[in-house]
Amino acid sequence: MSDLNKLGLAEARDKLRAKEVTSVELTQACLDAIEGAGALNAFVHNTPDLALEQAKAADARIAQGDAPNMCGLPLGIKDLFCTKGVPSQAASGILEGFVPEYESTITQNLFDAGAVMLGKLNMDEFAMGSSNETSVYGNAVSPWRRGNEDTPLTPGGSSGGSASAVAADLCLAATGTDTGGSIRQPAAFTGITGIKPTYGRCSRWGVVAFASSLDQAGPMTKNVRDAAIMLETMCSHDPKDSTSADIPVPNFEAMLTGDIRGKKIGIPKEYHMDGMPAEIDALWAEGRDMLKAAGAEIVDISLPHTKYALPAYYVIAPAEASSNLARYDGVRYGHRATLAAGDGITEMYEKTRAEGFGHEVQRRVMVGTYVLSAGFYDAYYNRARKVRALIKKDFDDVFAAGIDAILTPATPSAAFGLGEMTDEDPVKMYLNDVFTVTVNLAGLPGIAVPTGLDAQGLPLGLQLIGRPWEEGDLLNTAYALEQAAGFVAKPAKWW
Amino acid sequence: MSIDKDTAARVAKLARIKVEEDALPALAQEFNTILGFIEQLNEVDVEGVEPMTSVTPMRLKRREDVVTDGNQQDKILSNAPDAREGFFAVPKVVE
Repeated sequence: MSDLNKLGLAEARDKLRAKEVTSVELTQACLDAIEGAGALNAFVHNTPDLALEQAKAADARIAQGDAPNMCGLPLGIKDLFCTKGVPSQAASGILEGFVPEYESTITQNLFDAGAVMLGKLNMDEFAMGSSNETSVYGNAVSPWRRGNEDTPLTPGGSSGGSASAVAADLCLAATGTDTGGSIRQPAAFTGITGIKPTYGRCSRWGVVAFASSLDQAGPMTKNVRDAAIMLETMCSHDPKDSTSADIPVPNFEAMLTGDIRGKKIGIPKEYHMDGMPAEIDALWAEGRDMLKAAGAEIVDISLPHTKYALPAYYVIAPAEASSNLARYDGVRYGHRATLAAGDGITEMYEKTRAEGFGHEVQRRVMVGTYVLSAGFYDAYYNRARKVRALIKKDFDDVFAAGIDAILTPATPSAAFGLGEMTDEDPVKMYLNDVFTVTVNLAGLPGIAVPTGLDAQGLPLGLQLIGRPWEEGDLLNTAYALEQAAGFVAKPAKWW
Repeated sequence: MSIDKDTAARVAKLARIKVEEDALPALAQEFNTILGFIEQLNEVDVEGVEPMTSVTPMRLKRREDVVTDGNQQDKILSNAPDAREGFFAVPKVVE
């Protein structure tokens, strides 16, 4: 059977259980696809031997009738996850050569369920970016192109390698992480599905920290059902993460009925941005109509502090990053600068961090340092945390008024060309996350679902935002939207 | 609030990142762009609002104050750029 790499998780699982394919066959198909996809620069550390070993073990489990949902399914893992014995660099030069002696809780959960790791995926350095252009490995490239042009496009970021790999069928699914939109924006740019669960659902243990109060991992998949399956395996209560939620993880897949009759879907007026492309507005209106036709009630709502989400984020995230990234000092792991005669420990820190961190990471660490510094802490950091409380209250209020989910665009545009934003000021790039960042600040679950193509043939996605801990209900609404939209476009292979 | 070259140098020093003298003006300009964007937060009425400490209403868990892990000196040192005799080695700190 050919093209096994094009299967989704649910399809492949069912074929494995029916003994129509083996995990080794699935894994080999993906390894072959990766081999031929160097131009995408999606996989940056390949682990074919480990993958085939895991696949054989999975086949043995399946033969014995012991096959959890993820058993035998080949995945790509974002480089932000620490994987035992496999380089884990967060796409940074400062973690050059770092090989963890431990396994992140999420990858352990996946491996315990029998999943196969094909390798590590490209990303923005320390997950700081919206285009995968800050990576020490170079840009990840989208498999999509504008019409007949050959301009290389961004797969989005920071989980750009994950998005590119899933969209190009190099793996069945991938892990991503999302601090301000880093799962949902690349998913939307590449026509795949990505969910960021409620803060606390997925353990952060062993995931390189960017902004600890915002970071959440989640799956990036070919459809909503696959997202439900993989999310369930990723979630767990983990005593090693003090913010991990000690609540049961439901069977999300079983909640996919497609029945959303009577659900109240909020349309927030503040998400109508000035200068938003007409295509995005039209896509949003279509999504609204689809959910209405499926029996949901559409309700106009207001989230009055939306405008302040990005500025609050660009205080809080750099502040937390400056603290988290203080650990990269050239002492315990990773890069250490070569020192000149007479250099002391301060020079070692300063040279190591100047050489090891890329420009965007340095900029954010320094902005964070500034907003936390004496005299500015109240004016910036505490004010931002107060605004964050108000943003969360906006959501609490609409949910208390009976709204089940909120529908918004996922991104303000389709994917842009690599390099097209280089000369813009950094704030322009930050605007990519305008629709997604509120969700991180409020700790809510959010999912991006592809629903259409723009005039140039590039995918566009919508975002659904759910109530805290109600990922099952959110996934079901997303499933109904997916069914109605019937998005099936795939990029034409050029790589 | 406008950040000048000296402030940029001070922030770089606090962050322990070496920035060459000739790169400071551009860096200061970038800070100003970002901080200009952040200034919008001053429009919000935050009177009486508590700064958020936890996005989900949960208490941090407590655990028994006991040793749960350890005896992994080799593993802990395995990634160090310079490890000697069971220690991390750094340039001389005390004269």
